Amino acid sequence: MKISTLLYTIVQGFRNLFRNKWFSLASIATISACLFLFGIFYAIVANFQNIVKSAEDTMAITVFFEEDITKERIREIGELISKRSEVSEINYISDEQAWEYLQAEYLGEYAEGFEENPLAGLDSYEVTLSDVSRQSALITYVLSMPGVRKVNSQPELADILSGINVLISYVSAGIIGILLAVSIFLISNTVTIGISVRKEEINIMKYIGATDFFVRAPFVLEGMLIGLIGAAIPLGLIHGIYNYLLTNIVERFSILSQLLTFLPVDTIFQYLTPVSLGVGVGIGFLGSMTTVRKHLNV
Amino acid sequence: MGKKDLIKLRQDKMMNENGIIFLDNVNKTYSTGSPAINGVTLKITQGEFVFVVGDSGSGKSTLIKLLLRELTATSGIVYVMGSDLALLKHRSIPKFRRNIGVVFQDFRLLNDRNVYENVAFAQRIVETPGNEIQRNVPAILATVGLAGKYKAKTKQLSGGEQQRVALARALVNRPSILLADEPTGNLDPKNSWEIMKLLEDINEQGTTVLVVTHNKEIVNTMQKRVITMKRGVVINDQEKGGYIDED
Repeated sequence: MKISTLLYTIVQGFRNLFRNKWFSLASIATISACLFLFGIFYAIVANFQNIVKSAEDTMAITVFFEEDITKERIREIGELISKRSEVSEINYISDEQAWEYLQAEYLGEYAEGFEENPLAGLDSYEVTLSDVSRQSALITYVLSMPGVRKVNSQPELADILSGINVLISYVSAGIIGILLAVSIFLISNTVTIGISVRKEEINIMKYIGATDFFVRAPFVLEGMLIGLIGAAIPLGLIHGIYNYLLTNIVERFSILSQLLTFLPVDTIFQYLTPVSLGVGVGIGFLGSMTTVRKHLNV
Repeated sequence: MGKKDLIKLRQDKMMNENGIIFLDNVNKTYSTGSPAINGVTLKITQGEFVFVVGDSGSGKSTLIKLLLRELTATSGIVYVMGSDLALLKHRSIPKFRRNIGVVFQDFRLLNDRNVYENVAFAQRIVETPGNEIQRNVPAILATVGLAGKYKAKTKQLSGGEQQRVALARALVNRPSILLADEPTGNLDPKNSWEIMKLLEDINEQGTTVLVVTHNKEIVNTMQKRVITMKRGVVINDQEKGGYIDED
């Protein structure tokens, strides 16, 4: 094929957008509406999951040792715990550090009444989990280790958070799946209808002796452009809205922003951009490709 | 000699022996079971001007579709320009059609493009260089009497002018055969005669012309070969014939 022919089909793809402006607008609006809903829901779910995850990250167990334990044994226990897959972080807190923390955070000037460290011998490990649902298994393991006296934890809260996380995962996967399926159905239908009304045009091209590629290429390009624009509009809108809300929440509701950790806009768009563009352009491509093919057997 | 040369040689031999269009005992039955073409055998030689006449349902449109390879025969063989159309692969159909100009009753123009673009489109399909398109399109538009209208949108033209655009599009690639399916069906008598005059001129320049029509006056006046069909069968085939009125 000559380069001039390829260029011609590309130019025709762009021109088709304007030649059939009502179809183009209707398709772009459908794609935009579907992907806007999808994007908004994704941003909400991603933030919700992040909030639960942040709460989980603060969940830690504290490991205390027998009084006569050696520093060497404490180090061994620390190494064994850190090797566990569910452990994300382990911090050694000496009895001195624990006393300093207690004075600074809770006792203040009342600490002067103590001549010696009341927490002497209470060295501990603070263990943070990457998967809070495995907390009880870790506690059982740690308690079975010689030299460990006690483990402090919040088992009920861990169970609740773990349950919420699982629930969000299932519900969001279900809703995102349904939204995507509806989007794909609506978008492909719009593209199909738009091309079907131009069946006559395809027939004329075929009667004159146009190859399948020559007929199909402008339609497919047009479909992809519609998908691209249809995906870019909601991405831009969501980006603006999300940024606006983030700034306003931080500025006006500082207490809320201290309690909850919102995902930065870049993190949201790290996944949302490729998925939205993929869905828009992909359906534009596949929808036009298959619809034109139906009318090519002339 | 390569494979392509051999095929060309065979096609030329076939054309010399059997004409540019040759149907050998052709049947076409649709999925509904009714035969549209029933045992048709006919031969059209290069450079002929032929009318195909008959009532609705006589098989005229099916004949055109068979010649364009839009349909394939249920049985029998259809040869066009020496090629057995049943053996033509899907990817070879576009190249085959580029040697056949086609004109329809309803013009079938690309209405979102102007006159020039409609005609140029046929040249772009065959990858004619841009400078040649710029030369050929105005020339063919002048031939069909539309020299000053190349910028007009097709919807702004009269029926006669739209048919001329369709004719220009069909002819710009210099096809060997021109198929016209009811070309005057939507035109007034004056425009009908002008289109027929153009078709006659084209035929005189060597193009084989096959016109499907209902227009008795034109058929009877022009005194060309007339093939009459009825219920899928050729009931009359006459040199310098006339319209056989079934009523």
